[in-house]
Formats: sequence, C-alpha cells, structure tokens
Amino acid sequence: MGAPDYTLTELMAVVAAREIVDGEVVFAGTGLPMLGVMLAQRTHAPNGIVIFEAGTMASQLAHLPMSVGDPRVMRGAATAAGLLEVFTYVLQAGRVDVGFLSGAQVDRFGNINSTSIGSDYRRPSVRFSGSGGACDIACLANRTIIIAKHEKRRFPERVDYITSPGWLEGGDSRRRSGLGRGGPSVVVTTMGVMRFRPDTKAVYLASYHPGLTPRAVADATGFTLDIKDATETAPPTQQELRILREEVDPERIFLK
Amino acid sequence: MAGKVIDLHAAAALVPHGATISFGGFTTQRHPMAFVYELIRLKKRDLYLFGHSPGGDWDILIGAGCVKRVELAYEADEAFNTVGPRWRQAVERGEIEWEDYSNFTMVARFTAGAMGIPFMPVRSLLGSDLLRKAALVPKQRKADSRTSPKKLHVMTSPFDPREKVVLVPAIHTDFAVLHVQKATTNGMVRIEGQTFADIQQALCADTVIVTAEELVDEDTLRREPERNPIPFFTVHHVCNVPYGAHPYAVYNYYDYDPVQLKEYHEGVRDDASFQDYLGKYVCGVKDHNEYLEAVGGEKRLSTLEASPAFGYSPNLKRRRL
Repeated sequence: MGAPDYTLTELMAVVAAREIVDGEVVFAGTGLPMLGVMLAQRTHAPNGIVIFEAGTMASQLAHLPMSVGDPRVMRGAATAAGLLEVFTYVLQAGRVDVGFLSGAQVDRFGNINSTSIGSDYRRPSVRFSGSGGACDIACLANRTIIIAKHEKRRFPERVDYITSPGWLEGGDSRRRSGLGRGGPSVVVTTMGVMRFRPDTKAVYLASYHPGLTPRAVADATGFTLDIKDATETAPPTQQELRILREEVDPERIFLK
Repeated sequence: MAGKVIDLHAAAALVPHGATISFGGFTTQRHPMAFVYELIRLKKRDLYLFGHSPGGDWDILIGAGCVKRVELAYEADEAFNTVGPRWRQAVERGEIEWEDYSNFTMVARFTAGAMGIPFMPVRSLLGSDLLRKAALVPKQRKADSRTSPKKLHVMTSPFDPREKVVLVPAIHTDFAVLHVQKATTNGMVRIEGQTFADIQQALCADTVIVTAEELVDEDTLRREPERNPIPFFTVHHVCNVPYGAHPYAVYNYYDYDPVQLKEYHEGVRDDASFQDYLGKYVCGVKDHNEYLEAVGGEKRLSTLEASPAFGYSPNLKRRRL
C-alpha cells in the first residue's frame, strides 16, 4: 500500500463531517469543527445550521473564520446578536443538536480539560485558555463530538480538571449530577474514532485510521482501551477531498 | 466637539489605579485597543478585569503589569494563538489572581448586573470542576469587597424539586469600555455585526466609555432606533478613534491584522522580547496616531480595509506570512 493521498487533518475533518446529520443545529468552534461543518453542508447535510457562540446563527461562510468572533461569520448569517441570545435562547433552551469540543486532556468517560495541567489547580504547571463556551456546550448541547490529538499524556485515566463534563464517572453519573441531557457521542482523534458503550459510558475504539492497528492506538492511550470492535476508518472520498481543498479551505487556513 | 466627546488620553486618565473594568469585543474583534494602550502608557496598576473571551487586550495589559485580579472564561486569540502568552506566564508564575467561569456564566453575570438583580440561575457548569473548584480562596475573596464572597451557589428550583440550577453572582464594574463602529456626541451607539456581550457589560458599569470609528449625526441613528440597544443616557464619554481596535477587526471597517498578530504572538514569549514589543508599539510611541505609523501606517492599514460586499477583507493574506 502506498502513501495515502490525504492528510490526517483532512481525514479528521471528513470523519467529523460524517457525524453531522442533515438539518441539525451545530454549535461549532474554531478550526477542525468549522472544516467539518462546512464539508457536511456541501455534501450530505445541506440543511445543517451552524451557530457561533459570539452571536451568529446560520452563517453561509464564504471564507474560513479564524475565530468565532471573526467578521467572516457574518457572511450570509440569518441572525446576528450576542452571546446572551445564543447561550440562553438557543443552547440552554435545548435547541442545539450537536456541539464540538476539544481540549488538552480527554479521559475514558469523555471528560475534557482545557484549563490547566497539574495536581494543584491553583498552582498549575501549564495554563491554557480556559473554558470559553466549552463547559456550556458540554452541559447543554444534545450531544457533543470531541476532537483530540491522540497521545498517551492527552488520554489519561483521569483529567487534571474537568472543564467540560462528559459522562463523568460513567453509568448514570451525568444524569445524577443534574445535567438533564447531552453527553459526548464520539471522540475523533489523530489515530481513530472512539465511541461510548451505552451502559458503562466508557469509550471503546470504533475504528482506527488507515495505516494503523488497534494495538497501536491502545498503546498511545493512557488508560486500557477496549479495541475488540474496532474496524478501519473509511478513508475520505475524492469528492470529499476536492470540496475540502477547493471550496472549504482553499487558503489552507486549517488544512495541512 | 460638544456633549460627551473627550480625547482618548483624557478618557483613559479617568481610570484610577485598582479600578474594576470590562472591555467590549470578543477574541479577535472590537476590543478597545487604543484605550488599552493608553492605560499602559499611563502606567495604571492593580486593575481588576471582568470578561468572557478577551484576547490581546487583556494579554498585553497583564504583561505590562497593569492587572492584579481577573474573572474570566477564556484568554486567547483562537486560531492566532490558543492561549494568551502573557496570561499563561502570569498564572504559571503566580503573578495574577484569577477566577474561572465559562462564557455563558460570565455573560449571565454581566446580565444580572445590567438588570439590577443579584444573581442569575443557569443550567450550565453542573458536573464540572468550574463548579467544584474555586481559584480564589476565601481570604482573597474577603480581602476585596468587589469579589463575590462565593463563586456560585447550587440550588433546587423552589417551584419544582426535580430542577437543579446554578446561581452565578451579578457583576458591577467601575468602567465598561467599548469600541464600536458609530457613535454620536451625546452617547448613542451603533454596533454593526455581532454585539458580543457589549450591551450587558455597558449596562452593569458605573461609567461607560465608548471609542468609535466614526462620530455620526444623531438623526442618522434615530432613523433606526431598534439598532441602538444601549440607552444613550447610560453612556458617559465618547472618543473618536479610527482604527481603535487594531490589530483586531471591526466589522464593516477593517479586518484583523495577521502580520501584527503574528509579531505579537511569536515575539512576546519571553520577558525581554515582550518589553521590546511594548517599547516599539506602546510605550515608545506618544499616542494612537504614532502607533498607527509604527505598525506600518496607511500602507499596512489599506491591506485591512473591509470590502463593502463582505464587511471584511476577502483577499487578506492570513497564513504563510
């Protein structure tokens, strides 16, 4: 088998796009989620609606934004308002079908840390940006898609700080915490795709990216990864690659 | 100029050391940067900032040693840099006091302040460490009466025992400083594009200072009053500051400046190079006009000009600079 004719970023964008169902309201952040939602709108989900937390709804993006507050998200927007309108009337009221999340650490129950590294939160060894809207999306979207770089230290047994709650301790612990809906449905990583067992809410490897083995993915994970149901990730089609490269990100803002 | 118009230097000079402030904008758009640079030139100290998703406005103030305590959700420039370099360093070195919230809960807090109620119930934060952990310890909270004695409070709805909500405390600040597209001399404000949380931030502040790309006739704004959500009588001071948000974008006026943002984010990782940046663009220049010359003047700024069809610069080179 020769080298694939696509990059890892392209593969992840395609996998993320395939998670979006036509007609859904999608709450997207900067980077890969934007690639995924724009690709989905140009393929199987032309009626997908994209919401950016800084205040726009149903943008028809002509150029990739570099932030959710970018003037580019105004292009073709059906509504422009502020954070309050988006967070209250749309997200909290239960009108977001799917939200994207990412972070520095993800654990086996899909809890995410984007705040800091270290055992003492008040004296961290590494500080990140902080939640932004991530915690709110994790709590209030009807489901979430997690994007992550697959490295052992990024997939620890437990995250140092739960910025964005996933399935918490597994089982029904999320519901018991007072969160009435939502939870992560999938983790798209640089090595594969993980989903959650319906009863335990622990991740399992659903697919490994072409060129890898289930064992290689498990070895790059900081907890014991259930790999028994893993198959190979379907590679991008030529049409998906063409749309990504020519229509979604011709400036190569996020595509590598 | 009549009414509420003052110059930028005079406006920044109104801010005492130790004041509580929130700045308008969101990560890469409409921060009152010219005002922020003026605060740095005036060597303001011990500022206490409240924000949801600030960007380089906070980062450079923190780096310049102007800030003592912050309450925030996020501090970064998104795709230009996923963490504010001076914010990160200040936390890791123990040089700043902070409290973490989320964007929704910070905006809910501004809204409560703006509405004149003590707190706002939300359904967010449950299950997270934002709920369980506080960065500010009780002693720090007690030491400053402007900090809420409690980060938040979880309660059951008095109307339905199955409903759990999180109460987050209202914010009141001494100042809110916004950068907007248009204003009038008597304080009417027109924000074009996303409003972010500017309206709520203005309405929970004792003194509102607006810096505007242009001053326009009152009649112009009165023709569409539904687009003027901030009551003009709540705005105290207005400054005319073209390019007042540079290097960040102002919808319909100019785009963000990728060259300048790259210079900032790649250049300020260590203390010496941060001081070089400050010297070159802030402390070593007299005022905003000299700043605009220092970043490249008309030649640079013309590359950022917004196309009327888009509201930004569609052909702006943003990568591989």
